[in-house]
Amino acid sequence: MNIVVLVKQVPDTEGDRKLNPADNTLDREAVDPVINYIDEFAIEEGLRLKEAHGGEVTILTVGPERATESIRKALSMGADKAVHVTDAALHGSDAIQTATIIAKALGTIEWDVAVAGSEATDSRMSVVPALVAEALGAPQLSQARKVTVDGSKVTIERVTDTGYAVVEGQTPAVISVVEKINDPRYPSFKGIMAAKSKPIQTLSLADLGVDAGECGLANAWTQVESFENAPPRAAGQVVKDDGDGGTKIVEYLASKKLV
Amino acid sequence: MTEVLVLVDSLGGTVKKSTLELLTAARSLGEPAAVVLGGDAAALNATLAEYGAVKVYAVDGAELDGYVVAPKAEALAAVVAQATPAAVLLSSSAENKEIAARLAFKIGGGVLTDAVGVSADGVATQSIFGGAVSVQAKAVKGVPVITVRPNSVAPEAAPAAAEQVTVAFTVSEAAKAAKVIDNVVEAKGSRPQLSDASVVVSGGRGIGKAENFSIIENLADALGAAVGASRAVVDAGWVEHTMQVGQTGVTVSPQLYVAVGISGAIQHRAGMQTAKTIVAINKDAEAPIFELADFGVVGDLFTVAPQLTEEITKRKG
Repeated sequence: MNIVVLVKQVPDTEGDRKLNPADNTLDREAVDPVINYIDEFAIEEGLRLKEAHGGEVTILTVGPERATESIRKALSMGADKAVHVTDAALHGSDAIQTATIIAKALGTIEWDVAVAGSEATDSRMSVVPALVAEALGAPQLSQARKVTVDGSKVTIERVTDTGYAVVEGQTPAVISVVEKINDPRYPSFKGIMAAKSKPIQTLSLADLGVDAGECGLANAWTQVESFENAPPRAAGQVVKDDGDGGTKIVEYLASKKLV
Repeated sequence: MTEVLVLVDSLGGTVKKSTLELLTAARSLGEPAAVVLGGDAAALNATLAEYGAVKVYAVDGAELDGYVVAPKAEALAAVVAQATPAAVLLSSSAENKEIAARLAFKIGGGVLTDAVGVSADGVATQSIFGGAVSVQAKAVKGVPVITVRPNSVAPEAAPAAAEQVTVAFTVSEAAKAAKVIDNVVEAKGSRPQLSDASVVVSGGRGIGKAENFSIIENLADALGAAVGASRAVVDAGWVEHTMQVGQTGVTVSPQLYVAVGISGAIQHRAGMQTAKTIVAINKDAEAPIFELADFGVVGDLFTVAPQLTEEITKRKG
């Protein structure tokens, strides 16, 4: 089975993340980058599919040069090889542009399933897997807490507000996973050493046959006009409980007409 | 005046409050026009009229729910072609964001998600990085598609004509790639749904053990609230994963969020930082949650929370 796992490198959530005022894009220097948290679960699911059905796991990342650090980490978990789409012209691309690039890159790989995390911790849009499915006309098997493959049929349990839906599609299919799906393995020392020599193919926009005019900040379909560091919420009151803490809260809620 | 399409969310034959908020917000952008995909548009008409829908586009839905997201995006694109609106508004839910993005792709418009406000000239305010940064963003291409967080706008009645327009539409074969075989309802009980509840009470590690979670549930019931939990509580196995509020759990945006025994790590804050009012109870005065809270009590939740529950219950008479 040919499994592609979509991996994004993002700033560490625990860091003091910032936008760059020069062009209102993500400031990638401000905070150390890591693999997007839920992508670790996507990698794990890809590896489990390989263990169950045979085949290969290819990591696909669209990102700046430094994203190779995250790619190596994914390879150290057990993925076989990687494709890294990187190009200065991609800077500032929005979700739709990014998904279009991912779809084009998938066109250069043999794949039966493309497994993504459901959401990136920096943008938190959780739309790229759906957009990749749209771009490719592939089944959108997103928000999966369980994945089963039977030949060319892929079945997932898709998380809903009230429980889950059982959804089925034919390969090639786009899957996105939620945290509940599995427990990602830790890379072994052997895996870390082996990752150093696993192949990473680098692709530029020209390699994909994509015009620079279709991506990047100047051509994005949305723009950040301005931003500001959010002021701390108008100074909140903090009181010490003197045996009347609960009562004080009710008084506050009543003053706000919340009870 | 150009129309602004609002995707209607309904439950059990009733229009959801989040839709009423969108109809209200739509007024500053153009003429609100509701879109009902599937279901019974006629039954919803009176409420949609009351909250300002000038038109109600009804798309017959036999196959809309039978396949994941793609048919609804396609149906909305058909309405967009007919209505040529200034913008399309949807409530921010996991599924609606996917519909919004696929719609935007189809119609060549920019998509903005999780707006907490939309100005008259289509600029969306978004809260990012766990609340640390506030952004003003705009679609610069095509018809903007914007998802708006629940409880961002106060719904205001403004009666309008709600002229019913039936839209002829057939789901394409391409949109049937992901088929829904079964829908399993797991959530039990009568409490509000966490994802769009007006009031949420969440319990954290401070509650100590599974048996103590009833303190949270009692407070929630007194407030008519949904119940949430921090990551620590879910990881400990005290409650279901579906109750987790946070970056990798449910993101909530209620009118009131009560955090009990929750330290307020960024991973949790990312899931609730756009709540209108935040109240916190924690025995640690240094807990980061107090930086976010509008009102906080430093104290023992085992006395403060039950006292709060009792006081609220007394008030309700």
